[in-house]
Amino acid sequence: MSCNDNSACGGCNARPDVLPNTHPHKDESLLRMERMPHIWCPGCGIGSVVTAFTEAVKRSGLDMDKVAVVSGIGCTGRVAGYVNFDSIHTTHGRAIPVATGLHLANPDLKVVVFSGDGDLTGIGGNHFIHAARRNMNLTVICVNNFTYGMTGGQVTPTTPGGANASTTPYGNYEYPFSLPFLADAAGATFIARWTSLHSRNITQSIEEALKHPGFSFVEVITPCTTLYLRRNRLGDGVDTLQYYQDNSILKHGADTRDTAIDFQGKMVVGKFVEKIKPTYLDAVNATCAKLIGDDYQLYGKTPPEKDAEKKAAEEKAAAEAAGATAGGAT
Amino acid sequence: MTYVTADPKGVDAGPHFLDGDHALAEGALAAGCRFFAGYPITPSTETAERFAERAPEVGALFIQMEDELASIAALVGAAWGGQKVMTVTSGPGFSLMMENIGLAVMTETPMVIANVQRGGPSTGLPTLTAQQDMMQVRFGSHGDYNIIALSPDSPQECFDLAVEAFNLSEFYRVPVFIMTDETVGHMHEKVVIPPADQIQVVERNNYSGPKEDCRPYNFNRQGGNPMVRAGDGYRFHITGLTHNEKGYPAMTPEQNVKVLTHLMEKIDGNAEHIIRLEESEVEDADVVVMSYGITSRIAIRAVQDARKLGLKVGALRLITVWPFCEKRVRELAPRVKAMIMVEINYGQMVRELERVVAGRCKVVSVNHCGGAVHDPQVILEAIKEAAQ
Ligand SMILES: Cc1ncc(C[n+]2csc(CCOP(=O)(O)OP(=O)(O)O)c2C)c(N)n1
Ligand code: SF4
Ligand SMILES: [Mg+2]
Repeated sequence: MSCNDNSACGGCNARPDVLPNTHPHKDESLLRMERMPHIWCPGCGIGSVVTAFTEAVKRSGLDMDKVAVVSGIGCTGRVAGYVNFDSIHTTHGRAIPVATGLHLANPDLKVVVFSGDGDLTGIGGNHFIHAARRNMNLTVICVNNFTYGMTGGQVTPTTPGGANASTTPYGNYEYPFSLPFLADAAGATFIARWTSLHSRNITQSIEEALKHPGFSFVEVITPCTTLYLRRNRLGDGVDTLQYYQDNSILKHGADTRDTAIDFQGKMVVGKFVEKIKPTYLDAVNATCAKLIGDDYQLYGKTPPEKDAEKKAAEEKAAAEAAGATAGGAT
Repeated sequence: MTYVTADPKGVDAGPHFLDGDHALAEGALAAGCRFFAGYPITPSTETAERFAERAPEVGALFIQMEDELASIAALVGAAWGGQKVMTVTSGPGFSLMMENIGLAVMTETPMVIANVQRGGPSTGLPTLTAQQDMMQVRFGSHGDYNIIALSPDSPQECFDLAVEAFNLSEFYRVPVFIMTDETVGHMHEKVVIPPADQIQVVERNNYSGPKEDCRPYNFNRQGGNPMVRAGDGYRFHITGLTHNEKGYPAMTPEQNVKVLTHLMEKIDGNAEHIIRLEESEVEDADVVVMSYGITSRIAIRAVQDARKLGLKVGALRLITVWPFCEKRVRELAPRVKAMIMVEINYGQMVRELERVVAGRCKVVSVNHCGGAVHDPQVILEAIKEAAQ
């Protein structure tokens, strides 16, 4: 299906050659079509990340009823409202702690956080490093457009030095975060970075991230056409994709200390970290099992388990009764 | 409200010698709370410590988050994940929770938040008692909203009201606050925990009907609307934005009226079912002494002393502080000479009393700032003066 809304959304027709299947309207089943048209600008990179995500969920083989999406506030924060999963649109910066609560309360779920660069690493930065430190079993996808999109293009913790933002009108003089390095230092066990040009790689990385036990982080550098590109005179979305093509350096396993991004400079992309260590919940369960015994179970037995147990007990009692009758007859 | 008996796993039945903070944790566990997220702060930390200690044997989860912003945010997630949830804090931590208290109100998320009050503002008096957050609990988050707040006057009541707080919270789908104070929090007394079959709890009411009829919201101005649990296949959406019954953003003035009226009225419209007061000798009184929390235990002494002097005085204790007992005050105001509000702050609930009395009797504030409980003599003097 091609998009039938009139929201001036150019995603379908922009460059089918560079944007294969990246338009969010193309994948109906995992989107809330009743909520279309979406709010994103023509050429905005968020939609392509959403498409990669829904594709990755399908490929992952996860039970879609057990996938939940949590987002904070911002243009990226609106993702939770468009995807057809259990979804929570929270407050600015708090997606990770809400997701933490959801995951810990209901460990059967695969909880995914969609967050903008400002949401995740500015106001919510503390939660990001602590969830990574705990190896909380969450998948965090960051749409990094180097700007506060929703509030009109202010500087963020990832805005490259020298870039123009509405609150750094004479150029950004702060040192930006490199998110893979930050995540690595904090303890994340899966880290990948791509640009929105790399739709297949994003899909692949998100699929791996979804299957990864522990804190998995996928950063996607994306164009904010309306604000960041315009203010910095970087052309349109297609020009940006060309920039991504020309300046991405694929380096799986790169040392995350070497992943800084200068203004319009080279960008190291790839899967940088993948390692296994006990998740937060693994550690809780191990500690409690040592204390309580091997049959320890968080929140006790689930209703189906209880039912199964009851049935087994009844069957056993019935069998014993039958045995007793048979015994009595001899 | 429909009750069931408590899950015995969380009930440590029998007589105990507990402080108020520990009793809060026991009340929560008895009520079926299985998820606690918190951050240490005096004088509330003991509740978190008790919960952390008891969690493994009950099969509950305790997590110490990175701050209070995270603690309350985690409760929102955990509640929609299907658990009964609680946090506890004091002054500065309570301030940090304000934004997401609004999220919980807006998304109609049940949770219990205890504030073991200490003197403020700012870091204030970390180890000393106060009742200075009584307006903050009602109005501290931005926007118009409504909540329920209870105030225990003993460790036993910390236990009892924790159970009640969960019941109200589950039914009305609203954050319920236990506004206790350092004195009650740290006071050790006998606490009798009844056997599980004598503890009445309101279970989480999860929607289980057909998918196409599933609505996380019903703006019918009532309690009792079902929650939807993540993972049950309904694919719900919730947001802090003004939303429709499906939970989708619907940002119009008309929808805001609909949502807000519901949020306000499900509490105010049911105030008579929610409010609990304890009265003694109010019927023939010329003067009514109103108080809550630890202050009630001093006020009652002053009232008894005044009675011995032949003064017609009654005591009215607010067990439920919010919603405020407007109806009762309207009944009493024209019949009495004066109503006295005793509280450990610069004068907070007395404003509410003045508003409702609206000049129909004298209103006297017997207040002092945080740090210590009242001297009963000061209350007695105020009673004598008011009775003239
Ligand atoms: C507590 C709070 N502070 C500020 C805001 C205003 N605000 C809304 S979105 C946003 C920036 C979002 O930027 P980012 O996370 O990068 O997302 P983007 O819009 O770029 O996708 C801000 C500052 C808010 N909603 N809440
Ligand atoms: S403002 Fe920027 S980030 Fe937001 S939708 Fe438009 S292009 Fe996308
Ligand atoms: Mg951004």
